[in-house]
Amino acid sequence: MISQLSWKIGGQQGEGLESTDRIFSTALNRLGYYLYGYRHFSSRIKGGHTNNKIRISTKPIRAISDDLDILVAFDQETIDLNAHELRPGGVIIADAKFDPVVPEGVDARLFAVPFTAIAQELGTSLMKNMVATGASAALLNIPIEEIAKVVEEEFGRKGKTVVEKNIEAVSRGAQFIRENGGDSLPDFQLEKADGEKRLFMIGNEAIGLGAIAAGCRFMPAYPITPASEIMEYLIKYLPKFGGTVIQTEDEIAAVTMAIGANYGGVRAMTASAGPGLSLMTEGIGLAGMTETPVVIVDTQRGGPSTGLPTKQEQSDLNAAIYGTHGEIPKIVIAPSTIEECFYDTVEAFNLAEKYQCPVILLTDLQLSLGKQTAENLDFSRVKIDRGRIVREPEALESGRLFKRYEFTEDGISPRVLPGTKNGIHHVTGVEHDEEGRPNESPLNRKKMMEKRLRKLKNLRIPDAIKVDAPHAEPDLLIVGMGSTGGTIDEARERLAKEGIKTNHITVRQIHPFPADLLQPYYEKAPKVAVVENNATGQLADQIKLHLGDGSKINRVLKYDGTPFLPSEIYNSCKELV
Amino acid sequence: MATFKDFRNNVKPNWCPGCGDFSVQASIQRAAANVGLEPEDLAIVSGIGCSGRISGYIHAYGFHGIHGRALPIAQGLKMANRRLHVIAAGGDGDGFAIGMGHTVHAIRRNMNITYIVMDNQIYGLTKGQTSPRSAFGFKTKSTPEGSKEVALSPIELALASGATFVAQSFSSNLKQLTHVIEEGLKHDGFAFINVFSPCVTFNKINTYDWFKENIVDVEEIEGYDPSNRAMAMAKVIETGGMLCGLIYQDKTRKSYEHHVPGFREEPLAEQDLELTEEQFEELVNEFR
Ligand SMILES: Cc1ncc(C[n+]2csc(CCOP(=O)(O)OP(=O)(O)O)c2C)c(N)n1
Ligand code: SF4
Repeated sequence: MISQLSWKIGGQQGEGLESTDRIFSTALNRLGYYLYGYRHFSSRIKGGHTNNKIRISTKPIRAISDDLDILVAFDQETIDLNAHELRPGGVIIADAKFDPVVPEGVDARLFAVPFTAIAQELGTSLMKNMVATGASAALLNIPIEEIAKVVEEEFGRKGKTVVEKNIEAVSRGAQFIRENGGDSLPDFQLEKADGEKRLFMIGNEAIGLGAIAAGCRFMPAYPITPASEIMEYLIKYLPKFGGTVIQTEDEIAAVTMAIGANYGGVRAMTASAGPGLSLMTEGIGLAGMTETPVVIVDTQRGGPSTGLPTKQEQSDLNAAIYGTHGEIPKIVIAPSTIEECFYDTVEAFNLAEKYQCPVILLTDLQLSLGKQTAENLDFSRVKIDRGRIVREPEALESGRLFKRYEFTEDGISPRVLPGTKNGIHHVTGVEHDEEGRPNESPLNRKKMMEKRLRKLKNLRIPDAIKVDAPHAEPDLLIVGMGSTGGTIDEARERLAKEGIKTNHITVRQIHPFPADLLQPYYEKAPKVAVVENNATGQLADQIKLHLGDGSKINRVLKYDGTPFLPSEIYNSCKELV
Repeated sequence: MATFKDFRNNVKPNWCPGCGDFSVQASIQRAAANVGLEPEDLAIVSGIGCSGRISGYIHAYGFHGIHGRALPIAQGLKMANRRLHVIAAGGDGDGFAIGMGHTVHAIRRNMNITYIVMDNQIYGLTKGQTSPRSAFGFKTKSTPEGSKEVALSPIELALASGATFVAQSFSSNLKQLTHVIEEGLKHDGFAFINVFSPCVTFNKINTYDWFKENIVDVEEIEGYDPSNRAMAMAKVIETGGMLCGLIYQDKTRKSYEHHVPGFREEPLAEQDLELTEEQFEELVNEFR
């Protein structure tokens, strides 16, 4: 019996691998297994090799694995491209139709299952996915009834016959494996899971859910990988709460529409990836200057330009922090787990309204699209704080306007929503006075600039850095952000086994940079490894800049479009100490 | 009830004396009062340019945005608060050069907004460069040999983009200008109003006198029917784009807001944001 393994399914894009994947993993999730998915896809819709890897475990996991236990292949290309990942003694389940061949030098056991033949016998070759699902389940000794339940939900709308046929396909796949001795391989038998009902979702869905819980009711956005699922989620669910999504003509429209809506008093957000963030920069400056709240999600992907649109990267830090002309108050936060995607989205809306400024929520492709098990979300933690909105302003002296930009001690001025009596004021991206009227006097300029920038002095969001520092005298401090946290922790476990003491910090508040919080851990460590999915070390640069010392920093970088593997971080860290 | 004086504020416009934009300002103030608005019911969102300053010169909620983006800001505002009357305004460079994408799509989208373009056929604020509305051969700072591009025809463009309300007017015709803005404010949908608003400082060709000579009023055309799109298009082409008045109106198509499923009359900005625990659980259950 084993407690965890990795399963991968591959074939041509557009062949319906997703449904196999979805059904199989939903069933596993309901049984209480922890799952962590990694999708490999190209920007093509149909054709081109694609695969989906899921790690299945009885304990929490937050990283992809170095190797692979089971490969399910719909074509020889899948085997040729992925078999080398299999651990010695791994299993390949492939469609007998293409006479699968195990490449030379690969020590794997092959089950050539007649996926297509069985499916055709039952009516349509489309069901070959279900045969593959059944075969996989049998290998792991997962009860077929559990799969059947999910199949019923998935195909229920299409009628009883369709459901029955699909369940039959699943059973036949399982039967084939059993008849060929595949259900009694001890190193593929998964221990029973705890049966706890957890969530199984992608980061983008957690962000969409967080937005609705936070009271976001409007999203203007322009489609882009890997952000579109946020929009799709809100298109589906916002109408239930009176809200709506507009697909705009571009990201400039998206961000300025969101700014207009926030000015109007509704919580609104937009989401994009690097190319869209680039287009939004002038709008973000407008939000900063006019002190209009707005939440922008940037799901980072491989840059620059169109770069690697469907691949992992964390290279938009500089764009998020610096990407606008002039100097504005701006908050950049980077959730590092699915749960944080949810809670941080709620927080982002509160921060935007409290500090009346743009908030950028920075995720990366792996966090946004990798489907994972998440702990149940705590609704009692959702608190909506709309900041300093004045609902009934006092009558104004004639000729005066509402002091929307009043000089206050903390820099945050009272806000009034358009439509409010006695609240009329002007809003402009031109430098302005307390009532919002254009004003170019040096004295006013200085005061206004300082007022705006003062708002974020000492801003520390809850868990601005996440600390796992068990060692008072570590050999190494590892710093990361976003989706790399789980992988770093696995590397640390291996290092610990060799007696190497590591502390781990995840930076969640990227800007303003919480240097003071990081400082004590930095000082304690003889060496610091900063792990990031980019080519220059943008997080390392921030640390160096704000701590005033980069001498201990070692940049552990990966920018080939794929997420870190635990072994890669382990090797780099081992080399360092 | 508010009168046009209630829409005045004490900011002195920094427009050149004689600039056409003064009349647009006055007409908006009159039209707003005429349709019975209070200052707080009105929001004016403007772009950047001499014309863009208009939101600061009217006593109403005003948002002076960035160059070319008045329309998306205005549409976002309208989605947040359906009860507000939203006017978007800006120059011909703002709306037909840098903001052209938004103009076409805002027209297609047909939200209940009034969009006024102060069309002076030149860039005023940046001191006299060519605009998409400048005629072929028009000499400016940026086209010393004369423009090599033809002028855009905004009315044809609006009609072709699926506009439900198209009007054109002239700063010297305060009566007509006020009237079309009033009709635009009353129209349920996107009202596109192009206003010939002369730049007395940089455009020495398209002057007040030039416009007076060339403009054709729809009222002068016998049998003109503003609900007939083909006729509108034909007459606009026939008059070389100089047709003024209410050129086209489609009263049958409802504004964008009506097509949004579950979109309530009560402004989004005033709705309760809190979910109940049950609602939250229902959403979360999708992931189990
Ligand atoms: C992104 C950007 N590019 C350029 C400018 C400079 N700029 C300001 S107004 C303007 C054009 C003004 O012409 P128009 O829109 O026709 O307005 P007018 O001044 O004639 O009323 C330009 C190019 C700017 N503010 N922002
Ligand atoms: S430069 Fe032209 S457009 Fe600008 S204010 Fe003067 S007259 Fe009006």
